[in-house]
This record gives sequence, C-alpha cells and structure tokens, in this order.
Amino acid sequence: MTDLKPKDFASSLDVRWCPGCGDYAVLKSLHKMLADTGAKLEDTLCVSGIGCSSRLPYYMATYGFHTIHGRAPAIASGAKLANPELDVWVFTGDGDGLSIGGNHLLHALRRNLDMQIVLFNNQIYGLTKGQYSPTSQKGMRTPSSPGGTVEMPLNPARFAIGAGSKFIARSIDTQAKVLGPILQAARDFDGTAFVEVLQNCVIFNDGVFDHLKDKKQGPDHTIVVEHGQPMVFGVNKDKGIRVKPGGFVLDIVSLEADGVTEADLLVHDETNHALAVALAELGEKDGEPTVLGILFREQATEFGAASRIGLPEKPLSMNEKLIHLSATLRASETWDVGEDAA
Amino acid sequence: MQSGLERSTTTHELPVSQQPEVDYVRVRFAGDSGDGIQMTGTRLAESAARFGNDIATFPDFPADIRAPSGTIYGVSAYSLNIGHTEVDTFGDETDALVALNPAALRKYLEGVKQNGLLIIDIDAFTERAITKAGFSANPLEDGSLSSFRVLPLEITSNTEKALKETGLSAKDARRSKNMWTLGLVLWLFERSTADVEHWIEQKFHKKPDVAKANIMALQAGHLYGEVSDLPPDVSRYRIQPAPLMEGEYRSINGNEGMAYGLYAGATLANLELFYGSYPITPASPLLHTVAKLKELGAISFQAEDEIAAICAAIGASYAGHLGVTGSSGPGIALKTEAIGLAIMTELPLVIVNVQRGGPSTGLPTKTEQSDLFQAIWGRNGDAPLPVIAPAHPGECFDMGVEAAKLATRHMTPLMVLSDGYIANASAPWKLPDFNDPAYEPFPVEQAKEPEGFLPYDHDPDTMARPWAVPGTADLMHRIGGLEKQAGSGNISYDGENHQLMTQIRAQKLDAIAKSIPPQHVESGPTTGKLAILGWGSSWGPIRVAARRAELEGKSVSHIHLRHLWPLPSNLEELLSGYDRVIIPEMNNGQLATVLRSQMDIKVESVSCVKGRPFLVREIAKIIEDALGASS
Repeated sequence: MTDLKPKDFASSLDVRWCPGCGDYAVLKSLHKMLADTGAKLEDTLCVSGIGCSSRLPYYMATYGFHTIHGRAPAIASGAKLANPELDVWVFTGDGDGLSIGGNHLLHALRRNLDMQIVLFNNQIYGLTKGQYSPTSQKGMRTPSSPGGTVEMPLNPARFAIGAGSKFIARSIDTQAKVLGPILQAARDFDGTAFVEVLQNCVIFNDGVFDHLKDKKQGPDHTIVVEHGQPMVFGVNKDKGIRVKPGGFVLDIVSLEADGVTEADLLVHDETNHALAVALAELGEKDGEPTVLGILFREQATEFGAASRIGLPEKPLSMNEKLIHLSATLRASETWDVGEDAA
Repeated sequence: MQSGLERSTTTHELPVSQQPEVDYVRVRFAGDSGDGIQMTGTRLAESAARFGNDIATFPDFPADIRAPSGTIYGVSAYSLNIGHTEVDTFGDETDALVALNPAALRKYLEGVKQNGLLIIDIDAFTERAITKAGFSANPLEDGSLSSFRVLPLEITSNTEKALKETGLSAKDARRSKNMWTLGLVLWLFERSTADVEHWIEQKFHKKPDVAKANIMALQAGHLYGEVSDLPPDVSRYRIQPAPLMEGEYRSINGNEGMAYGLYAGATLANLELFYGSYPITPASPLLHTVAKLKELGAISFQAEDEIAAICAAIGASYAGHLGVTGSSGPGIALKTEAIGLAIMTELPLVIVNVQRGGPSTGLPTKTEQSDLFQAIWGRNGDAPLPVIAPAHPGECFDMGVEAAKLATRHMTPLMVLSDGYIANASAPWKLPDFNDPAYEPFPVEQAKEPEGFLPYDHDPDTMARPWAVPGTADLMHRIGGLEKQAGSGNISYDGENHQLMTQIRAQKLDAIAKSIPPQHVESGPTTGKLAILGWGSSWGPIRVAARRAELEGKSVSHIHLRHLWPLPSNLEELLSGYDRVIIPEMNNGQLATVLRSQMDIKVESVSCVKGRPFLVREIAKIIEDALGASS
C-alpha cells in the first residue's frame, strides 16, 4: 500500500463551512498530520457532537460518527473501549463540549482513555445563529443577550486542568506550524489529549482572535511554550514570563526595561501542574500573553488498559464462553429434579 | 414456574394451587432493616427450592438505606410462597407472619389471614418500641390479636442464651436472632438445617466465629421447635416436593437472569457484550452481575450519567460489540435522545428498562408497568422501536437471548421491559442446556466486502443494513443523527428520501413481526367467553386466577404478550375469538390504549397502581364479575 497523501484523508463530500471559517485550516492541518504520521483510514475514527465543528467527520475519508449534542466523548469512549486498536478523535466546540456536554468532557478527561479531544473555541454559537456561548466574553451583545451577557466566561484549558486532564494544549486555527505538532503530540499521547483551538467564526464573532493572530502584533500577545525552553515572547523577543519575586504569581516582564535577563525567566516544565494552571489563565487580563503550545503533559494510567485488566488474555470462542457461563450459572446452589430426586 | 420464551412452547404444567396450608404456604418475615430479613427469607427460599418445592418470592424493602430502627418505614420484609403445586405469586394473604419488632407487626398484620399464625419476638415489644410503631397499647395484651394464632417467643433472649458459651457479647449474639428464627421456621416446615448450615460455612469461611455463632443459633431455633411445648393450635406444614420437570435447577431472580441472558445472547451472536450503565434502583444489579462476568469477556462501564451510559453502548455497538444499557424509567427518559440516534444509525442495541412507579422519580423500590407508552412512542420523530417483556424471573434469561437475536438480526435498538417485581423476585429455574435448539447460535456477519458496499442498503427480509465496523479496510463511511440518503448513507434533507427512510424504519418492525412466533394461549380455550390479556409481571396472578377459574368450569383463557411491539401478527384474530377481552395492568390502561389504536377489537382495562403486583383475588374478581359466579 502506498503512503497516503493529505488529500487522501478528505472525503468526497463538499465542505460546507462558511467561506473564511477557521475550521478549514484545522481540517487541513489534521489531514496533513495524519498523512505525515502514516495513519490508516480504516483505523481512524472521528466522532463529533453537534455544531459547526462537529461536521468535521463528514469531511474525513476515515470512519466517522456525527452524534448528538455534547455526547461525542461518551460515544467515542464506548468505541475505544470496544476496540482499543482504533485511533479515536473527538471534535467538539465551546457549546457542544463545555455547555451541553460539559459533564461528558469532564469525565472523559478525568478517566484518561487514549483518545484526542479537539475543542474548537470560537466563543459563540454558530450553527444556531449567534447566541453567546460559555466562553463568550463578558458583556458580549448577541441575539440572546441584547444588553450584553453578564456571565463569566469559562476558560477551556483551566476547565481541563480542573478535570484532571493529563494533556492540555492550545493553538490558533490558522497557525499550522503550532497546531500540526500539537495534533501529532496529542495523537502520540497515551491518554486523553485535550486540544483547544482558538477558531474564528467569520459570521457571528469575526475577528475575536485577530489581536493574537496578527502577523505583526500577534507575537506581543501570545507565547508558544516549549518544554525546557525559557518563556520569551514578543515581536522583538524582548518580553518574558517569570515568577514574581516574593509572590506565587506570574509576572510579565520586559527584558530590557525591567533589568531582567533571560536567566531570570521561567523555563517551561510541561509536567508542572501549578505552572499549567497559571499558564492557562494568562491572557485573561490586558498585557498578558495567551499561552499556546503544550501547557501540560504528564503520563498517567491509561483508562482503557487499566479497565481491561481481568478480561481474558485473548478473546474466548463461543464454545468457551458457553462453557464458562454454564459453570458460572452453577456457581450458586443447584439441585436436580428427576425420577430419583422426586 | 416454567422457564423460557422459546422453551415455553413445551410447557410442563404443574397442578393448580388451591388449598392454602395444604398445597402451599405463604410466609412473611418482617423486621427492622438491620435484622437480616432479606438473608433469612432468601435462605428459606433456597432451602425450599432445593427440597423440590415451587416457590415465588417478593422482597419488600425500604428505599432508605438505614432507616431509623423501630419505625414503620424502616421495616424490611420478605414474602415467600412455598408449594408442592405451581405457585406464581407471593400470595394475596399471609399464612404465617414472623414479626421481629412491633413496627413489623403493625405494618404487615393486615395481610395475615384470619386464624393465621403470628410468630412474634416479644423481647422487642418494649413500651418504647410499641409506641414508636404507633400502637396505643401492647397488642400482645389488649386482645387485638384474638383472631390469630399467636406464638409469642423470647427470640432475642433465646438467641443470647444459645450463644452464651461462644463468649460473644450480648450485642453480637443478638445479631444471630434471624438465624434462630430461621431454624424455628425450618422446623415448622419439617426441614433440616443442613442446607443453611452449609451455606453459612461457605459465606463466612473467612470468619469462622461468625459462622459458628450463626449455626449455633440456627440449630437452637430448630431444637426449640423440637423440644418445646408449643400451643396445640400450632401445627407443622407438610409441603411435598412439586412435580417439576426433570433437570438441574437453581433459583434466580429477574435481574440476574437478564444479565446472564444478555451475555448468552451476545455470545450466541458471536459478539462481545458491552454493558454501559449508571446506578439506579431497581436496575443496578444488572450492572453488578455483568461486572462479575469480566473473566468471561464481558465489558461493563459505569458511566458518568444515564446519557453517557447509552452513548458508550452505542459507541461499542458501532465498534462491533453488542452494546447494552439498563436503567429504570427516569433514566430511560434521559436516554431518549440517544435511542433516537441508535434508530437513525440502525445499530444493534439493547435497552433494559426495569420499571418502577412513576412519573418522575416516583416510587423507586415499588413495581409498576407504566413505561409502555414511553417504550413504544416516547421519542421525537417517527422512531419505531421493538419492545419485548419477560413475564416472570425464570423467563428473563431467554428474554435476554431474544433481545440480542432481534437487535442483531434486524440491526435495531430494542427495549426490554422488566419491572421491579420481576427483577427482585426469585423462582426455581431450570438451567439452560446450550445444546437445546432454543439456543441455536445466530452468529452475526459483519460487512467485509468493499464490492458494492453501501452502508444504508437494506436486506429485504430483515431490513437490516450492513454492519461495517471501524477497523475494516475499504469500508470507511460516516453515520450520524441527520437523515440518511438510502443506500449511500450520506446526509440528505430531500423530502422524497425522508419519506422512503421513514418507511424503511417502519418496515424493520414489519420484518420483526413476521419473524416472531404467533401469539399462543397460556391457559384455557383458544376461543370462548373471556380472555384475560396480560404482559410482564401480571403473569403470575393472572395465571393462578385463570387456572383456578377454569378448574371451576369457567370459560376463561389467559393470553400473555411477550412481544409488545410489534405485536404478534395473529393477535387480532386470536382476540376476536373471545366475547370479552380484559386487560389488567399495573398502569392506567396503557396496553389497552395501544391495542385500541392497532386493532378493531373492544378491550376492557382494569388498572392497579399500588406499587405491588395484582393479587390473585383481584384477578379472580375480574373473572367473576365478567362471567358471573356460576358461568
């Protein structure tokens, strides 16, 4: 069999997202990564819920299941438990994953079954035409919040940490150089990998991430963290993150102006849980960069392997099962009724 | 009770039970939640079943885990009917009540027949306990029990005395009073204590002190019966073994039978069983039983909620296992959207609903059969779903097999309607012989061949679509909850196609209707004056009442539905052969409404929603009212 090209991972259906939607870029990165890594179509399963992002399985030439609102992690869990050989991906959005399906996402992350959950966060309900979502910024005016929403938005990465996720990454839809390796690392991770993609909805929330994506100014508002590397960012690589002296908070510093050198900066440790919490929250206040890359990664017991302990080492034949069942049924007290017994 | 859906065609009939205390004895143990009542009842049931009696049991325990002691609502009871004839119910009345405290006596005295036997632990009748139970005076002294035969015993102090030499504290010794009581009751039935002793040794093999104390208490109770001068009106029961069909037996309750049956069904389909569930009364023992089958390859998954439980089962079915989920009415309500997904994606899936009183949270520990509408019609869209129902605990195993067979053969979700009574009641059960043609394997053929593969192509006989499992080369396809183009399975919003797919989903049930056995008559003539039509756990009382009435020369037939949706194709013709068709149901007339919508036949409904099965005399009254006392 010849190696598959990115286009081989595309199904024959026309992609029907709005022109300019950030989803196109994510789909492209996914196709490329799967081709590069030598994935097989038949062993790849894409599961989704409801929403714009959840249409993605239709555009994949792999197996796919477009399910019901919020439930994709549960359906994916059942499929993966039944067949551990499958490479299972869940595609969800901020509404599907964090609102109607929040419970399933929480428990999927906590269990750590080997699969990837990619959450497209566009901070809006797109498919139902523009209502605010659980990640919409406070004060946002939408058809269901004409006076501006008064709700506190949810931070997906922080939610994932709270749920006990062992792999948390964040990327921007169009930054293939960041997103591609994250998707690859997510696939390689033995456990549930959670990837938040900051995704632009061109119709209902256009430009909400422009300041992060801007080719010129974006680097001043984002930092791509890498394990073992000092936390330097900015257009001129002149900003950094350190622990504030005498405090337990992160401090955004200017390398020249503050008399701080690179040696004073934090070095990213993706296994540091407390650091991951702090990194996930950065960007919520003015002057803070939004953190991209792999925020947290820690190997832990994978749910599927743990839950298979006690199953037969190889599948039993029908005959073996019936013999075992007969014995099990007779493990409680039995008695004979017959000519002798009666 | 006879076993089995398929096996029931070769019914071996036991004689009809008629004379209480001659043919059968109904005994009820009642005491505080912590008194070990359920264990005592279960042991007597096992012992009687081993002796060869037919039995029917009814555990009745409070929804509270440890209700305050001495209260009415904290009373736990176990009712048991022991017969040398066929017994199908736990009995309308009690022949002998064992009351271990005043609250137990107060709660269950009403059910004791005139001149019935009361075995009472007088040690528990302290002034405080009597008041707590709501008696204004001590019932043992105020003459209020004069219409019963009372056997007042110092059960607690007798137990303490019997265990004095063990060195146990009085408090620990008192915990064995249920075994002392059981010993006495075994004596009353002319049974030895050997079976129970054997069981105690096994159960407490890691705690030899506990085993020894329980056995000593058991023997002491038995000896008490032997050597004491009991009142002359206390006579022993002599219930001979019932002429059961030859074979190997055990006792089983409905939840156990269902769990084992589902495993057997998945096995005969050549599939692995995946059981996704969320704990709920009274369905949780299904999860517990499947969890114990792990060594046999069964996967159980306790999900975060009811929705995730069914969704995981759907995912497992998509990946090639037999997905099963179980719950009770409120949980089924939560699963509804996912059931629709399984219908749309035409995946095999078994949903077990162990019904309880509703609506909403309703009566968690009380039985009812009021989820029939929910099962048949409770979804958005035209969403047909086959529904089957076991009639008694001994049928649950075969019903699990039937569920797996229909779901895989027709590629459809299917609902099994059990109920709280069937789930908890136990009966002697003839163990299955897997060489019996009823257990002929029905191995599933999953799609492998890419040539001409269309995921939504339908087999004209079964209306099944091909089951192409992820991991299979060259059969990659996408499914989901949006309407499918017939054949390709691609999304389609086309009106003509939706009409076609709606028909295809309906035809799936037509195909099932053709494959299920024609409706048979349980007892009585195949045409006549009166048919009592039932489904689910009303089987026992209807059967007893109808057979007794027939013996009295009445023209009455019992017809019992196992396949509720689609209905057996001969049902209308069969029912039209009777002058009257009456349907007693533990709901407000749901089957009657369903039948009225489906056939041009007048059916009458009798409703009973009191959290318990019908009584035999209630069904007998229906028959008598319909036919007159002498017809």
